[in-house]
Amino acid sequence: MVKNNPTKEVEIIKNNKIINDFCITFSTVNGSGSATANTTLMRAIFKMGIPVSGKNIFPSNIQGLPTWYTLRLSKHGFLARVQEDDIVIAMNPSTINKEIDCIVPGGALFYPDDIKIANTRDDIVYYPMPIRKIIKESEVTPSLKDYISNMVYVGILAQMLGIPLDIIKEALSFHFKNKEKPVNLNMDVIGKSAEWAEKNLTKSDPYFVEPMQGNDGWIMSDGNTAGALGSIFGGVQFTAWYPITPASSLAESLHEYIPELRTDPITGKVTSVIVQAEDELAAIGMAIGAGWGGLRSMTSTSGPGLSLMTEFIGLAYYAEIPVVIWNVQRVGPSTGLPTRTAQGDITFVKFMGHGDTDNIMLFPGSVNECFEFGWKAFDIAERLQTPVIVMSDLDLGMNEWMTPKFDYPDQPIDRGKILWEEDLQKMLDKYQNEFGRYRDLDGDGITYRTLVGNMHPKAAYFTRGTGHDEYAKYTEDPKIWEESLMRIKKKFEKGKQYLPKPIIKINESKSGIICVGSASFPVEEAMDILSKDHLNFDYMRIKSIPFHQEVIEFLHTHDRIYVVELNRDGQLAQLLTLAAPVEANKFRNITKVDGLPLTAKWIANEIRKDEEK
Amino acid sequence: MMVNGEIKTGNENSAGLTRADYRGAPSTLCQGCGHNSISSQIVAACYELGIVPEKIAKFSGIGCSSKSPTYFLNRSFGFNGLHGRMPSIALGGLFADITVKGLGVSGDGDTASIGMGQFKHLARRNMPMVYIVENNGVYGLTKGQFSATAEEGLLLKRQGINTYLPVDICMEALVTNASFVARGFAGDPKQLKNLLKAALSHNGLAILDIISPCVTFHNKENSYHSYLWGKEHEIKLHDIEFVQARDEITIEDFEPGSSKEVSLHDGTVVLMKKLDKDYDPTNRYEALRILEEAERENTLITGLLFVDPNAKTLFDRYSLPDEPLNRLEPSKLRPSADALEKLNQSLFMK
Repeated sequence: MVKNNPTKEVEIIKNNKIINDFCITFSTVNGSGSATANTTLMRAIFKMGIPVSGKNIFPSNIQGLPTWYTLRLSKHGFLARVQEDDIVIAMNPSTINKEIDCIVPGGALFYPDDIKIANTRDDIVYYPMPIRKIIKESEVTPSLKDYISNMVYVGILAQMLGIPLDIIKEALSFHFKNKEKPVNLNMDVIGKSAEWAEKNLTKSDPYFVEPMQGNDGWIMSDGNTAGALGSIFGGVQFTAWYPITPASSLAESLHEYIPELRTDPITGKVTSVIVQAEDELAAIGMAIGAGWGGLRSMTSTSGPGLSLMTEFIGLAYYAEIPVVIWNVQRVGPSTGLPTRTAQGDITFVKFMGHGDTDNIMLFPGSVNECFEFGWKAFDIAERLQTPVIVMSDLDLGMNEWMTPKFDYPDQPIDRGKILWEEDLQKMLDKYQNEFGRYRDLDGDGITYRTLVGNMHPKAAYFTRGTGHDEYAKYTEDPKIWEESLMRIKKKFEKGKQYLPKPIIKINESKSGIICVGSASFPVEEAMDILSKDHLNFDYMRIKSIPFHQEVIEFLHTHDRIYVVELNRDGQLAQLLTLAAPVEANKFRNITKVDGLPLTAKWIANEIRKDEEK
Repeated sequence: MMVNGEIKTGNENSAGLTRADYRGAPSTLCQGCGHNSISSQIVAACYELGIVPEKIAKFSGIGCSSKSPTYFLNRSFGFNGLHGRMPSIALGGLFADITVKGLGVSGDGDTASIGMGQFKHLARRNMPMVYIVENNGVYGLTKGQFSATAEEGLLLKRQGINTYLPVDICMEALVTNASFVARGFAGDPKQLKNLLKAALSHNGLAILDIISPCVTFHNKENSYHSYLWGKEHEIKLHDIEFVQARDEITIEDFEPGSSKEVSLHDGTVVLMKKLDKDYDPTNRYEALRILEEAERENTLITGLLFVDPNAKTLFDRYSLPDEPLNRLEPSKLRPSADALEKLNQSLFMK
């Protein structure tokens, strides 16, 4: 008989149940196959209608180092990371004693019964789990034992929290694409484990799940898959990429979905090409070559890869070639923390390239928006004939999130100013029989381009990164150089209209909070915390750089502005300062760069401290 | 004669175009530069083959060689990219319309140093295009530094003696499974033109390493990359004749056993008249052996070193539509709303 509470009886106050509002941390060893178990639990909780988010905190390693997965259930719908663990599933003997220290008073620890633990705390509940015994009694082939072992805690947890086993089965079937054999194999262990828990464990902790309706019509996806799918619906025709964490799964998703979504049903031919390049220099070169040729073209990478791509992006900026670059940010400088998240490339990307450059950035703030910006980025890149960098991050890109379902694009595909044979002839008739690739005929700084394969004898022009005139001819003429750079500046100024506008929420406060991307999850929750202390703020989530006029207005109309971001130097605040230097003294940088997603509590505390000054 | 409403002079090729339709801007390279004679032969080869200039796209990297695409085929699209990265731009650009033939021009600095990686990976993928290396052993545009193809012991005014061993671009191409490898000499225009024609007709990556002397910084008579040395030490593997698909092959011009012939993908035939030695250009190891022998014997071996006309190309590895990708209507690019609904359902929709 297992004693489930070896130290002290913890009183459960029946009326004090904590329902659908707690955090579970799974502490495992990297490579031990816990991901299936953890995502199965998350999906089951999601299917119960409970808002849930999962975050994988993992090392740059394939096997052997400690790794954590946190599941947050939030009946209020908050999906940000929380610092405290209510329940810990401690599968890793080497970290278990540290894990115990992180559990909240009244929390619970589930652990394999063969791990010896120092009972340092009597304010938590201990649940030893007979993992070896249950696995021994199941008919599991030795090679699968380690993987299936994780299913023991799935079964025990399901029983102790109240997750119906048929929903667990639904989640497993989804994972194994309805293959009966692995589903049954895993369900057998899960069932036995739940049964064991029912017979042998006494519920002494306050945590329960109950079905609710917190996510009707929502789906589960990670940002990289969403970005890839959005790109496919945006008509991506060419992708070149090179593997790098945390961006690889974006291109891999393209490999996975393109055959299904982009095979012409009549001809059976595929309308989208993917090339795995030899390095990032080649990946961006191929993508820019394809963009030049008139294909909707993209690459995906992260900091170190983007550093390598910089020279090419400068070329595309000056030669005015559309290309979409997904930057799934990780912690730098250098190799940095390759498997941890950050928003540390903002200033770098803005000025990427030598000389006077200026790049367009889009900041998806949710998985759903990764899909949206996936297609939108091509319209912007082709309309403005310039690189567009989509600034995702590891937290958004690699973690699976619940998100509103993907909406079909509400705008037709915009290919921008392209001239085929007949269009060109019309233009020649209108403009003295002359075509100039870089002539600003419409006064918006955006010029017309012909594409390779255009058979009109006047279609061809010579693209170069060297100084060129309106006819793309080589020149070092000082006046022409300056004029062409000023025209590109004008193109950016006038082109802001094509960029997504910020989300602004006004609560009649003189203080505002600003953020970009995934930082919005903890920021919006922090605002909820602060409002309980009667601290109310206006809020702006910026979706694109260069900044819209609305962004500058927001700065003008507030006295104190908190800029919350996941980097050391307050890079978003740096760019806001450059855009509106007279507002510089209003900024309060709320920044952190420890590799983990921000938490609402930390943000709220930092803001409260400042407000109390 | 009227063609397309224009009066023609009678010097039209099979495409109804005159040599003038293949011209480029006047060269700004030095007088006597090997690269200029290569540009002339590119014009001649394209004109004689009757290739429509709009069906060629020119690509180059950075350096003297890479400036030259402006000096030929004004009616072709061109892209002068970054140092050593012509291959990646060409690869992406040519997927836009696979009926357009790629013509890349690079130099020894652009290919054998900074661009070695992209050069070899282009060969590994057998990207269907022509890849010309205008090889002079020296960096001209930065005023005379050793390149990676400069031979050991060479003396330059400011740098002194070159202490490193040279890279042989043809050997590099061969060991990377290139499907067409030739060496030419800017001082031998007739052979060069025929090599260019064969390269333009090859369905796969055609690598042409052309020794192209730099008259300003590197034309010393004892150096591998000079006119004089080349003229004195050139050994031709064969006399190349090029027979286009539509021409009648008059095999009787050649005595039996005196020539080798290779049929290219588009039906053209390259006839290689035997000179003093037997040479089989379909044997990769033989090509490597003869290059090694030339190095040992201090000769400049020229001709078609290797060809595999049936090697699978990069385009063969994709299932591309017949219509050029860059002409596809938006309706062919965006899947339907139904497809998205199905997708949403498949993502564990609640």
